[in-house]
Amino acid sequence: MATELQSRTSRPPGGAKSLRDPTKAAGNTIELQTVERTFTDRRGARVPALAGISLRVARGELVALVGPSGCGKTTLLELICGLQAPDAGTLESEPAVLMPQRDLLLPWLDALDNAALALRIAHVPRAQARERAASLFAELGLQGFERAHPSELSGGMRQRVAFARTLLAGKPVLCLDEPFGALDAITRAEMQDWLVRALAPTPRTVVLVTHDVEEAVLLADRVVVLSSRPGRVAGEIDVALPRPRGRTEAGVVALRERALGLLAGSASA
Amino acid sequence: MTRSLPSRLARLLPPLLLALALLGAWELYADLGTTSSFVLPAPHAVASALWDNAGFIAANLGPTAEEVGLGILLALALGFALAVAVHLSSPLRRAVYPLAVGSQAIPVAVIAPLLVFWWGFGVLPKLVVIVLICFFPVLVTTVDGLRAIEGEQLKLLRTLDASRWQAFRFAELPAALPAALSGARIALAVGVIGAYIAESQTATSGVHAGLGHEINADLTALQTPRAYAAAFVLFALAIACFYALSLAERVLAPWAHPSRGETT
Repeated sequence: MATELQSRTSRPPGGAKSLRDPTKAAGNTIELQTVERTFTDRRGARVPALAGISLRVARGELVALVGPSGCGKTTLLELICGLQAPDAGTLESEPAVLMPQRDLLLPWLDALDNAALALRIAHVPRAQARERAASLFAELGLQGFERAHPSELSGGMRQRVAFARTLLAGKPVLCLDEPFGALDAITRAEMQDWLVRALAPTPRTVVLVTHDVEEAVLLADRVVVLSSRPGRVAGEIDVALPRPRGRTEAGVVALRERALGLLAGSASA
Repeated sequence: MTRSLPSRLARLLPPLLLALALLGAWELYADLGTTSSFVLPAPHAVASALWDNAGFIAANLGPTAEEVGLGILLALALGFALAVAVHLSSPLRRAVYPLAVGSQAIPVAVIAPLLVFWWGFGVLPKLVVIVLICFFPVLVTTVDGLRAIEGEQLKLLRTLDASRWQAFRFAELPAALPAALSGARIALAVGVIGAYIAESQTATSGVHAGLGHEINADLTALQTPRAYAAAFVLFALAIACFYALSLAERVLAPWAHPSRGETT
């Protein structure tokens, strides 16, 4: 396994303002070594969330993290995004942007302004920021909804705008936290196809958290199964299947069963 | 527009019916003659007092409307500024919040002489009284509005590299705007009575000193119907200001009312 690391060294929570060219050089973008994270609950008891997680994500790789609820998936993403710091172990990651489970679009901004939020924060003038967002809208199947406010958009549309906002942050790593978890089954399937197409032209390093094993197998290059709290890596599955993948393909079904087996094993352990 | 006229009338019907029923009951009770007309004039007597003294009452409405309007705007500005300060600095919150709550318990009569001593017989001491009464609901609702932005939203903004100021400007500030206007609507309800209290407690020079002054003078002179007529104007002023602010809220913060035009 490649140990050489081209990425920046670990950064404090909330730090890292530099942007990097996501297409630069190959190697690991994210590397975690026996990372531990413990919370203290209201009564002062220590609750371990992550217990010795080691994980490497290569540049351009799409890694899905699956696990039972409460296995520390969201904590792991926040560590990668620099929103939290590990209590033990080392964590190195290139600048990452978070796409939370709920779209968290700002209700007073229209779709373009919401998508262009990161550009506005980077002091790009509003007209220019909207223009850049608009060019992305066609690609994401959002044309015609530029001026719509979040309350006027469907759940799937809102997730697309949130995804546009994530892309326009210009960071090499995308952390997607159950991006389709709140959607109905049909919209969810559409959005999974859509994500594959949206990522195809410019591959990014993606960490996708999901509790849906099938979604993980359909979308990811590699599936990492986490055990229930405290989270540990229970197993990894390489998904060497061509895209687009159908959910009834024999390969997909077999890997899905394997992942489910790992999940069940980790739960009973 | 013409087609919506019947539906508009239909919407006006319930408040009109309720008002008419209350007026009818009042008229009957007054006409039964168990109370003196000095204590409770009948609605028709109030109406004719309003008609006969329209010019006089209108002249007194001027200063009172000015006090209420300016007072609410100042209270909105002060309440909002305090809310932002208190939101951004928790030492400041701990220092200011108890004082703000306590300030609501101060009887105006206690400080009125001081206000007059400082600022005389003009509009300023009255504005101070109204602002003192009205800033509080704005402060409370705005602080709640600023806090309504969830931790998750702030985390997202941090991964988009927003500074503390940018998180405030892009998320918290717009979220607080409708909350502040809601606070101003509550403040209005107490602001009109605040103007009456202010006029009662701080002396005024000049002929037309405001509706509060007029009401007190009329009650002393046993001109009860005219006092009721002036009170009715205060009543109408509160309603008009309330709906004006609702309208402002819908224009300034349309996202807070997604079903626009359908509800009042």
